Amino acid sequence: MKARITVTLKNGVLDPQGKAIEHALAGLGFDGIGSVRQGKVFDVELTGTDKAKAEADLKAMCDKLLANTVIENYAVEIA
Amino acid sequence: MKSAVVLLPGLNRDRDMIAALTKISGQAPATVWQTDTEIPDVDLIAIPGGFSFGDYLRCGAIAARMPVMRAVAEKAAKGVMVIGVCNGFQILVEAGLLPGALMRNASLKFVCRQVKLQVANANTMFTRRYKPGQIIRSPVAHHDGNYFADAETLARLEGEGQVVFRYAEGTNPNGSINDIAGIVNDKGNVLGLMPHPENLIEAAHGGSDGRALFEGALGIAT
Repeated sequence: MKARITVTLKNGVLDPQGKAIEHALAGLGFDGIGSVRQGKVFDVELTGTDKAKAEADLKAMCDKLLANTVIENYAVEIA
Repeated sequence: MKSAVVLLPGLNRDRDMIAALTKISGQAPATVWQTDTEIPDVDLIAIPGGFSFGDYLRCGAIAARMPVMRAVAEKAAKGVMVIGVCNGFQILVEAGLLPGALMRNASLKFVCRQVKLQVANANTMFTRRYKPGQIIRSPVAHHDGNYFADAETLARLEGEGQVVFRYAEGTNPNGSINDIAGIVNDKGNVLGLMPHPENLIEAAHGGSDGRALFEGALGIAT
């Protein structure tokens, strides 16, 4: 079973890296960019077949390690 | 007074911390490794700076989940003093022993220079040898020292005097909110700070402004 976890910064948390990327894109001539926020993607392959257990496990992984919930949100997607 | 230094792979300021504690307390600190589950009976536990686990995932994130940090948390709960410097500060926030988070510097650049710090609260075990509002010098060397906390946490930190060091006006090197350089927990026995007081303790360092922090914490007469 394959899963994808997306970790993004919460609204209101400053993202200097996203800002730098935004400026770099503008520098490449891309116009019409409102804003850019960057984040992380984790592709996790699970050996089990129980989707409900997988979802619970993945959320626990996010809470315990993959995301810092002080500043980040996460989303779990199971393929 | 006895101390211990936490060792983790990727830290690189551990020798500086051990040297500073040895010189100031007159005895070498005990060292504890990441997999140790017990910490000897000490008055102060220090988590040095560096790049534990290569800063993978987030600075301090993996170190914060190693067995030794459970032992640090148990000691902290019993009132033992804990100081985390630089990566040590990042580890303490990731471990939940201090509130907030340390993010990439606003400039996106690694900063390595001397800054001025204002002692924002001289009424803690760590700062009692400084005067309130005193300006001291301290080196900084980090890429992720941009302290962040939500509005509610920030109001609590400010209201309870938990902000103990601030970058003096015009010297904030990382965009840290409210110029915060160091904070203590609500009980006042856990301190995290980005600057390196252990690197300014004797004339050979070019100054000794950091010495009073360790002397205060260890209760050593000056």
